[in-house]
Amino acid sequence: MEIIRLENIWKSFGKIHALEGVNFSLKKNEIVGLLGDNGAGKSTLVKIISGVFPHDKGNFYLNGEKIEKFSPKLARQNRIETVHQDRSLAENQAIWRNFFMGRHKTNFLGFIDKKFEKKETLKILQKNLGLKGVGITPDSPVSSLSGGERQGLSIGRAMYFDSEVIILDEPTTALAQNESQKVISFIKEIKNQGKSCILITHNLRHVFEVADRFVIVSRGKTDTIINKADTDLDNLTKILIDHAGI
Amino acid sequence: MNFILKYRHQLIITSILILLLCLFMFLSPRTFLSSGIYSAYMSTIPFTAVLALGLTLVIVCGEMDLSFPAVMAASGFVFSIVFIETGSVFLSVAAAVFTGGLCGALNAFLIVKIGVPSIIATIGTQFFIRGLTVLLAQGLAKSLIGIRDTFGYQILSGRIADFIPMQFVWLVILTIVFLLILNSHVLGDRIRFTGDNANAARIMGISVNRTKTFVFIIMGVCSGFSGVLVCSEMANWWPTQGEGFMLIVFASVFIGGTSVFGGKGTIYGTFIGSIIISMIEAGLVSAGAQGLWTRFVYGIVIITAVSFYAKTSDKKIGQ
Ligand SMILES: Nc1ncnc2c1ncn2[C@@H]1O[C@H](COP(=O)(O)OP(=O)(O)O)[C@@H](O)[C@H]1O
Ligand SMILES: [Mg+2]
Repeated sequence: MEIIRLENIWKSFGKIHALEGVNFSLKKNEIVGLLGDNGAGKSTLVKIISGVFPHDKGNFYLNGEKIEKFSPKLARQNRIETVHQDRSLAENQAIWRNFFMGRHKTNFLGFIDKKFEKKETLKILQKNLGLKGVGITPDSPVSSLSGGERQGLSIGRAMYFDSEVIILDEPTTALAQNESQKVISFIKEIKNQGKSCILITHNLRHVFEVADRFVIVSRGKTDTIINKADTDLDNLTKILIDHAGI
Repeated sequence: MNFILKYRHQLIITSILILLLCLFMFLSPRTFLSSGIYSAYMSTIPFTAVLALGLTLVIVCGEMDLSFPAVMAASGFVFSIVFIETGSVFLSVAAAVFTGGLCGALNAFLIVKIGVPSIIATIGTQFFIRGLTVLLAQGLAKSLIGIRDTFGYQILSGRIADFIPMQFVWLVILTIVFLLILNSHVLGDRIRFTGDNANAARIMGISVNRTKTFVFIIMGVCSGFSGVLVCSEMANWWPTQGEGFMLIVFASVFIGGTSVFGGKGTIYGTFIGSIIISMIEAGLVSAGAQGLWTRFVYGIVIITAVSFYAKTSDKKIGQ
């Protein structure tokens, strides 16, 4: 069953044509690797799926239903969770606030259940970032975290909220080897739980390890789609180099 | 240790207040060891403090408002004419606060819908609102002398036990409400994220535009209420009302520890900051210094406070 389907999607920013007739689909329990050069349009594509940008033209179906109006909130309500390339964290705010940003647990008056949120954040910090007694608490501002830790926080945030589709836009850039490995195990876990994932990365070894299908984005188009069964790492590398060479 | 680190801004500002108080007690014990001066303080502090509370939210939201002195005057004017026409303080307060909210909505419209940067939009509305008010009032003051005989006056400006002015009670209530909003309510959370990183806030599903609109309306309502408090206490409205408040209110917010870059602010700091700023003038005069000293001492206090904050910012101490 297809969860997401994009047909002939166009998107421009002023004079820049970021997407020029993209087709894309994601099935249930499938992991798709989205590959391509910088500036090819990968992030724009996932931002349309996560409700950040509206598309200019084309059809966007979610679970078979055509989407007319979409927003980050609606994407979440449809259990699409995204870790954006820019991480989407607010530097000066406490880690726990960032963790629950835009979806706090509140009482009927709108007051935040801080105790609960801090407790949950602490759990995730210890589990995901392995932060134990280094002076970082849920109350510390995000600015006190390293780049890798911020990434861990964003991914932990996406993992925490039970979702059907998880989109990871370059999740392992700037991560140390063992931290990257954690992300890879997390993606395998997504697969085991019967959920779906879109993974954008420049690390072909990583994506080859976990993805079922590869979609190559090139200058706003997606003309090359390869099943894992039909290729190997060398072949995939070669195809990508060829694309970049055009 | 953690407590000290976490509340360092609050501790700094509280220390400055205590230091100043000790200084004034030392310089003019007769004034500062008697209760009269404190009652006087409590009657005037709320005028600027109520504005400063609203402005704190605006600045945490990453915006600016320069129109509040004019909004105060406009709301005070509406308060006066409704009172003169109907004699009902309750109705007058409602009309004034509504006027303030309306002015805030006008600011929000220009900023959110038209896309004018807030500092520029509110320079425009400040002239527009003040100008319109002066025109409607034909430049004349309004006497509200009859207000002192009403029950409404007792609620707005009466004295508890002949000592605590009611406006100070209102200020304390508002301070607590704003404290809860900014620290524990989802609205405050949206304000923080909008001011800190509007783009991330939007991507994470926060309605940045609605948050900004809310903040400007709240600022308008605060300005309206402050206008009401001034009119009621003075039993008078005049066309230049609020004109001297602009810099004093900004100073109160910034010596309180709120960051001009948005995303960070403290309501407690603003509350204490307002007290400090109001205290200096009267303190100096009764300490025997001439009024000439006021600005100079303001300058010293503001520079000291903001330098402390810069030195103890999160990045500097690695927190
Ligand atoms: N918000 C934006 N405003 C203007 N141009 C943008 C914006 N986002 C992306 N672009 C442009 O769209 C093109 C595709 O960008 P992007 O989707 O980020 O590529 P990728 O993620 O594949 O590196 C680039 O030319 C980029 O400069
Ligand atoms: Mg990208």
